[in-house]
Amino acid sequence: MAPVAPRTGDAIFANVERVNAELFTLTYGAIVRQLLTDLEEVEEVNKQLDQMGYNIGIRLIDEFLAKSNVSRCNDFRETTDVIAKVGFKMFLGVTASVTNWDADGTCCSIVLEDNPLVDFVELPDNCQGLYYCNILSGVIRGALDMVSMKTEVTWLRDVLRGDDVFELQVKLLKHVPEEYPYKDDE
Amino acid sequence: MIGVGKIKQYGNVLDKPLTKGKQEVSLSAFAFLFSELVQYNQTQVDNIGELERRLEDAGYAVGARVLELLCHRDKGNRRETRLLGILSFVHSTVWKVLFGKVADSLEKGTEHEDEYMISEKELLVNKFISIPKDMGTFNCGAFVAGIVRGVLDGAGFPAVVTAHFVPMEGQQRPRTTILIKFAEEVHCH
Repeated sequence: MAPVAPRTGDAIFANVERVNAELFTLTYGAIVRQLLTDLEEVEEVNKQLDQMGYNIGIRLIDEFLAKSNVSRCNDFRETTDVIAKVGFKMFLGVTASVTNWDADGTCCSIVLEDNPLVDFVELPDNCQGLYYCNILSGVIRGALDMVSMKTEVTWLRDVLRGDDVFELQVKLLKHVPEEYPYKDDE
Repeated sequence: MIGVGKIKQYGNVLDKPLTKGKQEVSLSAFAFLFSELVQYNQTQVDNIGELERRLEDAGYAVGARVLELLCHRDKGNRRETRLLGILSFVHSTVWKVLFGKVADSLEKGTEHEDEYMISEKELLVNKFISIPKDMGTFNCGAFVAGIVRGVLDGAGFPAVVTAHFVPMEGQQRPRTTILIKFAEEVHCH
């Protein structure tokens, strides 16, 4: 059978069920506020948001692969391109761009101009250390973990902190070799 | 606007123009997020009642903001002051914005004067949820009950709002009914 061509983010987004972005945005806001109340320390909230994102990422990758027809990426450049162009579009309806590559092609930035998570949001003075969108970095890390790539994802720029865009640095730490043969019965 | 155009810098979030609210994200993005909300709250409680209360609190925070947002955007800064007005605002306007459709039904309770019910055959938040047997009557609709309570409370109609599964004949899945019981001061005027 001929391989199926990968689908564009726009085509997938047009065909999936969608919900109002405000419901999503306000629900996320409610989560962040609950965490701030429960955990009190901003640093702990950052950690918890990252963990929640990771949990989502390891499940979201299945849907992503099933709907996008994307097959194994040849290199990390292709991987990040697919995240920015297909992944962000398919789930959040926005596109991102990839820039600031390092010389050996293992570290780059994903830049988001639009981010549906932050509508209606202003960080109060006592939350200045908060990475409000930390769930996103967790999602990327979790999803890439599932396709054998250990990464480190950090926020370089954040509109809520006064920058002009959102910039996520994605650094490839290592490829985890898959182990053959798979032992499904264990 | 969410999702389109460049982010412009405003000193204060209130200086930003209000969006039309037509932007969308994928349903699965919301479902993933909502599932994390439920799972996180499960780690914070000892029993189902507490879990429902915490989901309701989260929903309340959404409802309070939705009221404010929609009153500015859709109602020219007016807010309903009549009981039936605010109920139909919840059943129609709020539902349509949040869930893309008007709620299936809005009924007045037959046994109690102060009770109303909004019913939905397949409530969005229950769509991907199966309740494990050991969790009894737990209903994720508590989140939506909280949204309803947040809207009503903000509009000056305090109420107790709860979510219940109602089995439907010939249907595999029960429908969800949001039961609204208004506080005494709302009804005795």
